[in-house]
Amino acid sequence: MPETTTPKRTAAIVGSGNIGTDLMFKIMRRSEHLEVKYMIGVDPASDGLARAARLGITTSAGGVDWLLAQDELPDFVFECTSAKAHAVNAPRYKAAGIHAIDLTPAAVGPYLCPVVNLDSLEDVLNVNMITCAGQATTPLVAAVSSVVPVSYAEIVASIASKSAGPGTRANVDEFTETTSRALEVVGGAKRGKAIIIINPVEPPMIMRNTVYCAIPAKAAEPGALQDKIRAAIAAAVASIQDYVPGYALRVEPQFDTAREDWDGNGRVGIWVQVRGAADYLPEYAGNLDIITAAATRTADLLAERMNANTRNDAATVGAHS
Amino acid sequence: MTTTAEFSVRLTDTTLRDGSHAMSHKFTEQHVRSIVRALDDAKVEVIEVTHGDGLGGSSFNYGFSLTPELDLVRAAVDEARNAKIAVLMLPGLGTIHDLNQAHDAGASLARIATHCTEADVSIQHFQHARKLGMETVGFLMLAHRTTPENLAKQARIMADAGCQCVYVVDSAGALILEDVSDRVEALVSELGTDAQVGFHGHQNMSFGVANSVFAVRAGAKQIDGTLMALGAGAGNSPTEVLAASFERLNIHTGVDVQGAMAAAEDTVKPIITRMPVMDRASIMQGYAGVYSSFLIHAERAAERYGVPAYRILEEIGKAGYVGGQEDMIVDVAVTLAAANKAT
Repeated sequence: MPETTTPKRTAAIVGSGNIGTDLMFKIMRRSEHLEVKYMIGVDPASDGLARAARLGITTSAGGVDWLLAQDELPDFVFECTSAKAHAVNAPRYKAAGIHAIDLTPAAVGPYLCPVVNLDSLEDVLNVNMITCAGQATTPLVAAVSSVVPVSYAEIVASIASKSAGPGTRANVDEFTETTSRALEVVGGAKRGKAIIIINPVEPPMIMRNTVYCAIPAKAAEPGALQDKIRAAIAAAVASIQDYVPGYALRVEPQFDTAREDWDGNGRVGIWVQVRGAADYLPEYAGNLDIITAAATRTADLLAERMNANTRNDAATVGAHS
Repeated sequence: MTTTAEFSVRLTDTTLRDGSHAMSHKFTEQHVRSIVRALDDAKVEVIEVTHGDGLGGSSFNYGFSLTPELDLVRAAVDEARNAKIAVLMLPGLGTIHDLNQAHDAGASLARIATHCTEADVSIQHFQHARKLGMETVGFLMLAHRTTPENLAKQARIMADAGCQCVYVVDSAGALILEDVSDRVEALVSELGTDAQVGFHGHQNMSFGVANSVFAVRAGAKQIDGTLMALGAGAGNSPTEVLAASFERLNIHTGVDVQGAMAAAEDTVKPIITRMPVMDRASIMQGYAGVYSSFLIHAERAAERYGVPAYRILEEIGKAGYVGGQEDMIVDVAVTLAAANKAT
């Protein structure tokens, strides 16, 4: 039977700031199954709306009210506003049967990192993309905890001052708390701690993340267990590189032998750099890039799932007729 | 030239916070009680007690506290009869939750610290501290990294958020004399009566006390020190030297000079495990503008990876890393070691 091409699923981006605009380019340039149908903001003068309009996307500054009044609703909505706004919008998307990919820290739906826990999530209509640091670090913690129990995971994310928007600045506590919880829920650590540093150096520094995991003493000594941890980390890095090409280890993971003041644990340290794809903001803004790339990848995978279900349904109908 | 002008300032002793770096965060409750008692006896009005990196600093990246810092804060509050107990917090590391717990433990002064150009991350914390009824101080760290004019604009952000005194913080011990007075003057002229100005100095290039004098003459009303200079890098401006020299210069602090010297000699000196010193690595911190608390971490990395600490710190300075980025030290050390091997 000749393969029929599945039409692309439609997406609306709500929020026309840096994240929304970068996401628009990312979907247009890199998504397999999605097309951006709507770009919605609240400020008619925003650069993001102007760019979208020039690219032939239907735009409106009329907010979510406008979007939900359209005859053709999108399959996906990407929330790029604020946690507060998403808390209000989420039930409305759900009532309309639209899949919501939430890039705010609202966490209405479960935390999601596409390379870690998408497969384990049942059909959910709302997923939360954690934070940029959460996308960069939870897969590494999950990799280590797939080999040994991780009693404590700690991450330090450093971002360029120019890439820290007003939302991040006004809500640093939200950022650290959300990321900490995700190290536990998604990363599998018993306890998580996240630290964020904003650095104004010129030229701007490329996003950096350091991950420390407390590991059993034996795993910190050279041997088979340590080799397994190295391999798991390498595999996690490769799977992220699949959608974030600028994601890379800075140095080889460093193992420190057990110490008394670490409760008798050893430690593995992992240093990564996230060079952005420069779809909208320059390449130093890897923090922006990794969360929009993860959101795009998530929607693509969900679209694949929807397409597979549609084909299965069609096959079932065919079998009965 | 002599100056006959008289000044009044408040000394804040941060032996039990900045000194925590030099002690690798291993202060015990007994240390805290004896030091607070000695400072209180010497009539020091404010005593800061926290992990060296502030609330929530206990971590792989900065070193774990031997005793939970809130236990230390509670002990300090219990021991102090007149002095206020202050805590430090760096947004991005500590949170409002930590501030609430410190307040519950009896701390009455919140010192909120940001890099010198990133004051806007502290707005929610100042607002919250004031809501709790705490006195507030703002720390603009690594103040050598921006101009007096920009520093004043950042001070304005803190003051508008509820900060009652903004400090010029020479975290790297990199400022020298007029570098300090120019910055203090800019802040005083921006803030007027809206907030006071303070100065926190380090000894990396030996200017801690002299810089403090320049700060006072430029209008600073709060000055930090530590007993025996115990602190990050080559240590802080010594509280007992500030008290003694300020008295000679007609700068009134209310601190009993003999009491401060006794506190340093009899109480702190016996417990110090590592005396602060101006050596090649710590001088490099002042010279290259590196955050003082990187020192011990750089020394550890130097030992493990076989590259000199001063070289690591020099590279850190070139890269422009800021306070809190201790994690970069291993990256730099491993990279330097690899480069050495290749040549």
